[in-house]
Amino acid sequence: MGIFGVFNKAKKDKLDQGLSKTKESVLQKLARVVVGKSRVDDDVLDELEEMLISSDVGVETTLKIIQRIEKRVARDKFVNADELDRILREEISGLLAENQVNEGLDFELPADKKPYVIMVVGVNGVGKTTTIGKLAHKFKTAGKSVMLGAADTFRAAAIEQLEIWAQRVEVPLVKQKMGSDPASVAYDTLASAHAADSDVVIIDTAGRLHNKVNLMNELSKIKKVMQKVVGDAPHEILLVLDGSTGQNAFEQARQFTKATEVNALAITKLDGTAKGGVVIGVSDQFQIPVKYIGIGEGIDDLEPFSRTAFVDSLFGK
Amino acid sequence: MFENLSEKLERSFKLLKGQGQITEINVAETLKEVRRALLDADVNFKTAKTFTETVKEKALGQNVLTAVKPEQMMVKIVHDELTQLMGGASVDINTKGNPAVILIAGLQGSGKTTFSGKLASLVKNKRSKNPLLVAGDVYRPAAINQLQVLGEQIGVPVFTQEGSKDPVKIAKDAVKEARQKGYDLVIVDTAGRLAVDEEMMQEITAVKKAIDPDEILFVVDSMTGQDAVNTAKEFNDRLDFDGVVLTKLDGDTRGGAALSIRSVVNKPIKFVGTGEKMDALDVFHPSRMADRILGMGDIVSLVERAQEQFDADEARKLQSKIAKNQFSFNDFLSQIQQIKKMGSLKDLAGMIPGMGKAIKNMDFDDDAFKEVEAIIFSMTPEERENPAVLNGSRRKRIAAGSGTSIQEVNRLIKQFEDTRKVMKMMGQGKNLSKLMANMSMGGRR
Ligand SMILES: Nc1nc2c(ncn2[C@@H]2O[C@H](COP(=O)(O)OP(=O)(O)OP(=O)(O)O)[C@@H](O)[C@H]2O)c(=O)[nH]1
Ligand SMILES: [Mg+2]
Repeated sequence: MGIFGVFNKAKKDKLDQGLSKTKESVLQKLARVVVGKSRVDDDVLDELEEMLISSDVGVETTLKIIQRIEKRVARDKFVNADELDRILREEISGLLAENQVNEGLDFELPADKKPYVIMVVGVNGVGKTTTIGKLAHKFKTAGKSVMLGAADTFRAAAIEQLEIWAQRVEVPLVKQKMGSDPASVAYDTLASAHAADSDVVIIDTAGRLHNKVNLMNELSKIKKVMQKVVGDAPHEILLVLDGSTGQNAFEQARQFTKATEVNALAITKLDGTAKGGVVIGVSDQFQIPVKYIGIGEGIDDLEPFSRTAFVDSLFGK
Repeated sequence: MFENLSEKLERSFKLLKGQGQITEINVAETLKEVRRALLDADVNFKTAKTFTETVKEKALGQNVLTAVKPEQMMVKIVHDELTQLMGGASVDINTKGNPAVILIAGLQGSGKTTFSGKLASLVKNKRSKNPLLVAGDVYRPAAINQLQVLGEQIGVPVFTQEGSKDPVKIAKDAVKEARQKGYDLVIVDTAGRLAVDEEMMQEITAVKKAIDPDEILFVVDSMTGQDAVNTAKEFNDRLDFDGVVLTKLDGDTRGGAALSIRSVVNKPIKFVGTGEKMDALDVFHPSRMADRILGMGDIVSLVERAQEQFDADEARKLQSKIAKNQFSFNDFLSQIQQIKKMGSLKDLAGMIPGMGKAIKNMDFDDDAFKEVEAIIFSMTPEERENPAVLNGSRRKRIAAGSGTSIQEVNRLIKQFEDTRKVMKMMGQGKNLSKLMANMSMGGRR
């Protein structure tokens, strides 16, 4: 695990805060139904199902997890509550792990990609701009030079919002007027970054619902225009998902991936009571790694995703 | 990954086919599918459970009349029960006070500021109110600025207090100012907050106490998952809000959270947000929402929206033109404008039962008419009124002028003639929109 990969105590408490409230009973319940039994029976599975579904894991993924557990229990014969707990964690991590290559992520950048270009996309209000502010801070702290691009030229005061973040983090920002062409802002940003020899560029985009064809096409266009400056940009297309979103996250992932080839996920607002369980299925189905989680509105409230920590918090440990 | 709910139900209802009566045994599979479908629509786990149990009770022992198929009866039971849970007729907001004070609350990113603007615009334009917007989000960067920009767009003043970090005082002073300056409605936007954030929850409770609102609205994202119940319950315990606003319904979420919230806090859903523009606000219709969760197509809204936009006089004029075979490219163009006014084509088509799935993956958007329009715009007035004059050289000129090809121009003219024939045959303009839609798609590669 990288230096940032471990949840420090305060952060972990924050992540657990909301989660523990509703979840403290899950393991107790599981323990109660499992004690003295030599196999996982319907009561246990019912409890498990309730716990997973209530965490937004979704029916399909829940069934997948339960099947895996049944298989293991049939093989290993006897399980007690502790063992069941361990098996569960392993199986859920397994779904995430299959495409999880960046657990040691430490805000280092590939040397051959300079500037490293990150384009941030997602539906309205999920936390794109805030994530960008926090991310810029992480990169800056790791000694990188950062440049931001205010390509949300649509939402009222979106430019000003990112501008305030840029001031907070003390990194330069490239912007145009509200209503101007977002692709042109992205182009300018990359050109400036190139001239300033920046290490990393982060482009904010306007929130958009994934079923609006025109707006999705606009994203593809922004992406294409950036390639005129940096041939292989954007290197990272970060889809931000709101941790309280339900099964619609699948459709979001599908459509954004179609329009822009999303290759990283961020889940925000995990400091609330929502568990963000949908990301297990999304990550599994689309083979996109989760890179970051948002756990608050402050500048430091961003962490690299760690599946152990995530599963821990899912179980309230 | 997810099939449409109605497809699922259909499949499971098939199991009921040919059964004379609904029994515990033959209904089990259907109920399981209903439950799963509800869960896929993000209805809360417990709500879904209670719901299927109620449906089962209602269904059991019902004699299936020969005229009604058992699966139809189940659809009806499920739909009626859903509608009922969603709460009878739509409920209006209370704007009686002078000034009437409305407090807006909700999680981060749920759409409070946008909704505040829309509501101000609605009461100003449709209810002749003189509203004042209040920028009470002192935390999120540029939140105040955002409301100011919206206020300017819709011509509603925005109350702010430069540099203040005290939402309670801001709200109090705003109401005082409204009273002094004769604003009869005050809308107080607030910062997004998590229900577990004790300090912030205390703050909004204090705001409520300070201004004693006539109406408190809880704003929630329609894409919210299982957590909707926790949050709604917590906000309701604190604020005892009067109604719920469901935002971003122009997305493709089934919106099961609506059902969960309704059943947990028993407060009416009063508005739904359907777009980013300031007029994209609708009142809530329980039965339509039930249809949406069930994937049955929002046919009622479609009809109403079409009616609202379609000028009856013009329709009559059109009919007589059609009858006399005088329907021209100008009429055609004005029809396109009508359709565009009704809203996004995809939204519209999605409301037609059975269409939702068919067009889901189709590249079918508002630009669908772009080429058609370009071609018509390149015609002379004479050509538009009397398409018979369109010979080869005119067609070539039109193709060049519209940036299309002669083939495309030919195709449009051919389709136009065909449409004219069909319309004459039908003798009325009723199915015009559908024909036009077909046409625009035919014009695309
Ligand atoms: N509690 C909490 N709030 C967050 C987190 N991330 C973002 N937010 C808040 O969510 C709200 C929306 O965040 P934005 O960053 O403006 O979201 P966005 O996706 O850029 O929004 P649009 O550009 O309007 O589509 C703001 O109030 C943020 O402070 C998080 O991790 N936890
Ligand atoms: Mg933003």
